[in-house]
Amino acid sequence: MSLIRLEPRGQASKTMVYVTPLLAVALTLLSGFVLFLLLGFDPVKALHAFFIDPVSSRRGIGELIVKATPLVLCAVGLAIGFRANVWNIGAEGQLTVGAIAGGGLALAFYGEGGWWLLPLMVVAGAAGGAAWAAIPAFLRVRFNASEILTSLMLTYVALLLLNYLVHGPYRDPDGFAFPESRLFEADAVMPVLWSGTRVHLGTAFALLAVAAGWVLIARTFVGFQIKVIGLTPAAAGYAGFDQKRIIWLSLLLSGALAGVAGMGEVAGPIGQITPSVSPGYGFTAIIVAFLGRLHPVGILLAALLMALSFIGGEAAQIAMGLPKAITGVFQGMLLFFLLASDVLIRYRIRFGARRAVA
Amino acid sequence: MSAELALIGPILAAMFAAATPLLFAALGETVVEKSGVLNLGVEGMMLMGAVCGFAITVKTGSAPLGLLVAAGAGAAMGALFGVLTLLLLANQVATGLALTLFGVGLSALIGQGFVGIPLEGLPKLNIPGLTDLPVIGQALFGQDLLVYLGVLAVPLVHLFLYRTRAGLVLRAVGENHHAAHALGYKVIRIRFLAVMFGGAMSGLGGAFLSMDYTPMWAENMTSGRGWIALALVVFATWKPVRVMLGAWLFGGVTIAQLHVQGMGIAIPSQLLSMLPYLATVLVLVLISRDVARIRLNAPACLGKLFHPDS
Repeated sequence: MSLIRLEPRGQASKTMVYVTPLLAVALTLLSGFVLFLLLGFDPVKALHAFFIDPVSSRRGIGELIVKATPLVLCAVGLAIGFRANVWNIGAEGQLTVGAIAGGGLALAFYGEGGWWLLPLMVVAGAAGGAAWAAIPAFLRVRFNASEILTSLMLTYVALLLLNYLVHGPYRDPDGFAFPESRLFEADAVMPVLWSGTRVHLGTAFALLAVAAGWVLIARTFVGFQIKVIGLTPAAAGYAGFDQKRIIWLSLLLSGALAGVAGMGEVAGPIGQITPSVSPGYGFTAIIVAFLGRLHPVGILLAALLMALSFIGGEAAQIAMGLPKAITGVFQGMLLFFLLASDVLIRYRIRFGARRAVA
Repeated sequence: MSAELALIGPILAAMFAAATPLLFAALGETVVEKSGVLNLGVEGMMLMGAVCGFAITVKTGSAPLGLLVAAGAGAAMGALFGVLTLLLLANQVATGLALTLFGVGLSALIGQGFVGIPLEGLPKLNIPGLTDLPVIGQALFGQDLLVYLGVLAVPLVHLFLYRTRAGLVLRAVGENHHAAHALGYKVIRIRFLAVMFGGAMSGLGGAFLSMDYTPMWAENMTSGRGWIALALVVFATWKPVRVMLGAWLFGGVTIAQLHVQGMGIAIPSQLLSMLPYLATVLVLVLISRDVARIRLNAPACLGKLFHPDS
């Protein structure tokens, strides 16, 4: 008999739901300390350069919010699906198509825009993302094809499509064959909300998504159905809940939000369409959704933390020559530690041999 | 011999080579899924195999050692997945995704000093007479060792699963872990070994890419092959021989796409590069639409958590 074993709790621990994310962050920082030591950097200085320096200025905090914005938008949508066991992991692709659709309008109406252009771009971005997510939804509902694999395959297709467009139809005619679009005109750029930073209107959309996501999950019948389908699919079947409708809903919703995120990137901090619209926001959003406990408010906090890992990685690269890939390692480790410590929610750790059960 | 016929040989040879990374990864995942575990981290394990195999070969000059370390790195990643999902009962889908994200990051970190270094590639088989045969000579008798090992692994995995006692136990664990547990089989140990085997196979598949197919290291160089391998397992309805046919099919699509690009046909290269991904979606749809067939072939406990007390 092993010395350490897991004993099921009668009921999931409410405390542990909030403790484990903090535990995971602490373990990640500890591992980061060891990792920096192994790589031959001063760990205290490196962690400082990674997590403190980037946010010790107004501009830095602004950048944090800029990076958290697409993460929140993507993760709120993903979390709704994850709750219902709909595994959309193609947010990166939906974000890209949102950028292609929204940004495409900015180019199509170049020189003839007006006040109406930006709202139209937001709608186009949402529609583009939703349309891209509609493909896995249709294939799952109609043909039973795993949305995990189809949504991911379509991400590769979307990235190639973007690459084709910036080398072809979207390319700046005066850009010396450089694979970039024209810079968007003022009519097609997200207004800045906080002067001195790049925080733009997209952040307001993200906050709106958090509020709407919370209402949907906590206060509506659809939200209740999503929870039941996720927890006990059989019960949902007996209750007559339409699982297909929930698949459609959660994929369309997460696709639309990811699309808005992508449109917000090209019309916000980037200001044009480039071959790389996102440094992997759609994938990081998966971690954000879990770290935030699939809850919109938790996602807001988790997104800020993961945004810090992006700008921290960039800052540490510049300041100390740390490899940029460390960001990905940190993100992966964080999710591992979270998944590992989540065992404490449903089980107690017991030391010593099993007692005889009467 | 006509020019068209002369092309067939190299195309066939390239197809078998392109299929090899998929074949390794998908065969490994077949065994994993047969034991009832769904590991979505194939892409991450392949990348770790690719970078470790490459790095060791560059540092030591020994390709066999590189392959060994690549398999070991993949197995270590598999073990990590096993600790989380089998011992700590973490959600398999989420953990698989984490394994891929982690593998992408860690392989990039390990590989940053190895970008742009060329490698010779593995030696090719050369049997005088046979290798020189027209059309099929190069394809059948002029490949390197790993290509043959991949093909050889197909009957071995098949025989293991369907003709040995250990294979029977593994399948029993995948079909009904509670029953297997009640019979006294070590469910967690068996699954752990399966997951490590799957990791080692993915690692070899990745190493084939970085050490032979395109002998160099680049971040994210597997470009979705791990996910295509996962789709192949479903496409093959968890049968090793069909996994091989599926891998060849995808090797063929990859090569056809490259050849069309090479012929200078006026289709943008990016659109052609979409073909393998679109083909994956297509075959997945074709096979999944038959719900009864999937239900009949999929291991009944696939992706379900096992705790002996519950």
